[in-house]
Amino acid sequence: MTSDDMDLNDLKRAMEAATPAPDAARKAETLARSQEIFASAQGSLQATRQSSDPSPKKGFFRGAFDMLLTRTTGALTATTALVAVGFLFLSPQGQDLLRGPQSLVDPGVSEVDFEELVPESGSVPAAQADTVPDRREQETDVVATDGDIAPEAPSPAPVQQPRAMTGAPNDVQQPALPGVLSPEIGSAFDTIGALALEEAAGGTITQFGNGNAAVIQQEGRIATGLFNDAAPAPQPANTEEFANADDNPVQVVAENPVSTFSSDVDTAAYSLLRSSLNRGQLPNPDAIRIEEMMNYFPYDLPAPDAGDVSPFRPTVEVFQTPWNPDTQLVHIGIQGELPAIEDRPPLNLVFLIDTSGSMNDPAKLPLLIQSFRLMLDRLNPEDQVAIVTYAGNAGVALEPTSASDTATISAALTALQAGGSTNGVGGLQAAYDLAAEMTDDGEVSRVLLATDGDFNVGISDPTALEDYISEQRETGIYLSVLGFGRGNLQDDTMQALAQNGNGTAAYIDTLHEAQRVLVDQLAGALFPIADDLKIQVEFNPEVIAEYRLIGYETRGLAREDFANDAVDAGELGAGHSVTAIYEVTPVGSPATLVAPLRYAADDGAETEFGDELGFISLRWKEPGEDESTLVDFAIPTAPVDPGSEAQFAAAIAGFGQLLRGNEFLGDWGYDEAIALANANRGEDEFGYRQEAVQLMRLAQSLSR
Amino acid sequence: MRMDVSDEDLALAAAGGDATAFELLLARVYDRLFGLCFRLTGAKVEAEDLTQDICLALPGKLAGYRGDAKVTTWLYRVAVNAATDRRRRAASYSRAADGWADWEADRQKTVAETAEGVDWLYRAMAGLSPSLRDTLALVLDDVTQAQAAEILGVSEGTIAWRVSEAKRMLREMKTREEAQ
Repeated sequence: MTSDDMDLNDLKRAMEAATPAPDAARKAETLARSQEIFASAQGSLQATRQSSDPSPKKGFFRGAFDMLLTRTTGALTATTALVAVGFLFLSPQGQDLLRGPQSLVDPGVSEVDFEELVPESGSVPAAQADTVPDRREQETDVVATDGDIAPEAPSPAPVQQPRAMTGAPNDVQQPALPGVLSPEIGSAFDTIGALALEEAAGGTITQFGNGNAAVIQQEGRIATGLFNDAAPAPQPANTEEFANADDNPVQVVAENPVSTFSSDVDTAAYSLLRSSLNRGQLPNPDAIRIEEMMNYFPYDLPAPDAGDVSPFRPTVEVFQTPWNPDTQLVHIGIQGELPAIEDRPPLNLVFLIDTSGSMNDPAKLPLLIQSFRLMLDRLNPEDQVAIVTYAGNAGVALEPTSASDTATISAALTALQAGGSTNGVGGLQAAYDLAAEMTDDGEVSRVLLATDGDFNVGISDPTALEDYISEQRETGIYLSVLGFGRGNLQDDTMQALAQNGNGTAAYIDTLHEAQRVLVDQLAGALFPIADDLKIQVEFNPEVIAEYRLIGYETRGLAREDFANDAVDAGELGAGHSVTAIYEVTPVGSPATLVAPLRYAADDGAETEFGDELGFISLRWKEPGEDESTLVDFAIPTAPVDPGSEAQFAAAIAGFGQLLRGNEFLGDWGYDEAIALANANRGEDEFGYRQEAVQLMRLAQSLSR
Repeated sequence: MRMDVSDEDLALAAAGGDATAFELLLARVYDRLFGLCFRLTGAKVEAEDLTQDICLALPGKLAGYRGDAKVTTWLYRVAVNAATDRRRRAASYSRAADGWADWEADRQKTVAETAEGVDWLYRAMAGLSPSLRDTLALVLDDVTQAQAAEILGVSEGTIAWRVSEAKRMLREMKTREEAQ
């Protein structure tokens, strides 16, 4: 590795040179053991069998276990002991426990012969008793069979006594486990042996059966930890996790005419991709969520007026697909109303701030504090602010304070310091409790969680956090998740929390972005106008042959969930808009990907819906309500001349698909995306669209 | 006697219960499997253990082999999954026990301690995320990007991105070290 050139072939050569040869003894032993297991799994020790024989498709555990049970039916009362023995021999951990470190045990001694083992374990129940020492006796019983020595009158030797290693049968006759081990590892092995015996005496049945995963993991850890202390497994430095799924597939209208999804007003994916591109690297394809890219931009769509029943106005446009002459795009834009900002109800904000050690970075805690300061200026005097920090123990850094008392709030923000580990759940509980305390009738409460990474310390069940947030959703308190910094960002956790907690997730990389998320959209981000907004489109099979939804991979809903008010979906904030784009292939178009079915032939009968491309239904709940309202209308077939808003959204959808390496675009590339976006920049008051074009150029040069 | 039989035929025969076929197949793949385990774990002892875990589980897993993928591809998928399980066990144990920050500090310390004796490339690879490291380990093992995509269950585009990302990070580490 002396050359500057990081050529893959150089790496390969270096790697080959550095790869050691496998240990020959270990290899022979592993191969032998594996073959034995294979033989036992086949239920026979015979070396060969006709390969055309149908094999019993039983797993090894199951097979050996059945053997154990059928041959010992006479003593089935001793189920506890039996399962304990089964555990020690059949699970890999159990085998390790009995054998100790493989390289130090004489292979001749450590051969486990399952055929021999079975009759021996059959005798175990005879020694059945309820006390621990007697169980030890049983264990030693079985160990002795290891060396093919009959377990006659085993006397439990003190487990702690290390003994010299030999492979001689005389020594093996000593039933204590350490008898076959070298003194170096004797004491370590004693610990395991004792642990195994304790486990055998205790709750081994549950562990072996439908066991407690945490305990088994710990055992595994103990075993590997003791044996491999010198060689810790390498651990990741970059531990970012992204939430995404494969591209939505092309659906055939005749088979699957209905598409259902939840609205999404998150924008985190776009900020993340900007942060990656600005660092000079292409974003991870898994980090691209096209719906979040499209929804990042404000669109000049018609807002609802007094004639609308819904607090939003849906607009649907059908137009020519930029990247495929034979398909069309269906652009669905949903514009939320923007109530006058002076009329808004008083707001209770609880800032929940991660002050763990890793937040000590200019792009994290200091940026976060600055961002919140920006926001304070925009709050009304009736609004209240509180701050909860979490690092190790959760604590209230600022009791509920009127937003007009800027000096106190500012001082509390300045006093925040990073240090310690992260305890997200404790913090969330404290924040939700505080928010509930602050809420009076007619007020809106929201927890703003600011973090740089995972915060699952202290809960054994990773879904417990989501469950907790889902419960809190019922209290009417909203949650916003703000991500800061790169390197350990758990994008998937953020998404999960925001989606479960009636909230939004945003990623803040610059003060400019903080301005956009927290200030420009203060009203929208903080005041929902519609809860659980779901969208369902039914395509007309007479007009449309195939469709695919671009993006929204993580937001798909089952068809029946549309009308089920218990199923959660996205919220729409005041003044926010939601954009979704379908690519549809008209019947008879050469772009049809799936051939029609022979036996589902069209009867050719014209129906009255020939001029409808599809039918769109929207369901939403008024904030705080439990029952949803429905609004629906037909989508006309006639393509229109798209406005710049829909065209720009299409350019962003294309950009996202380019970044994801999606195959639907054909020859359409960055040049075309840039031209399309540039031609449709519109007013672009804040320069967001201009920035998008710059990012496309950056991505284009990086992908060359 | 059966050396001209393909890996795939051996695996199918073994899945049908032919012990000789199983023995032959194991002997054929063991060294390559060990090589991959070494690249995945970066330590000889770990690699020996992981190889053994995989070999001992193979009789059970073989029943699921249907001959629709190359044996090496199938086996590598088993290996990558086993390595992931192993890492997850180790990580969740120490996370649950110590808290993330302590765990991270510990990790940094052990990385620093073992750094002396270990080859640069392994230290560098240890700094990569598991997905990048697994991808690189496969690609350095003469696995094509298409096969790696199949083994890891992601698209080929993702593999290409991961390889370039891994190269970029290795290059950065190297530059940083040379600057010191």
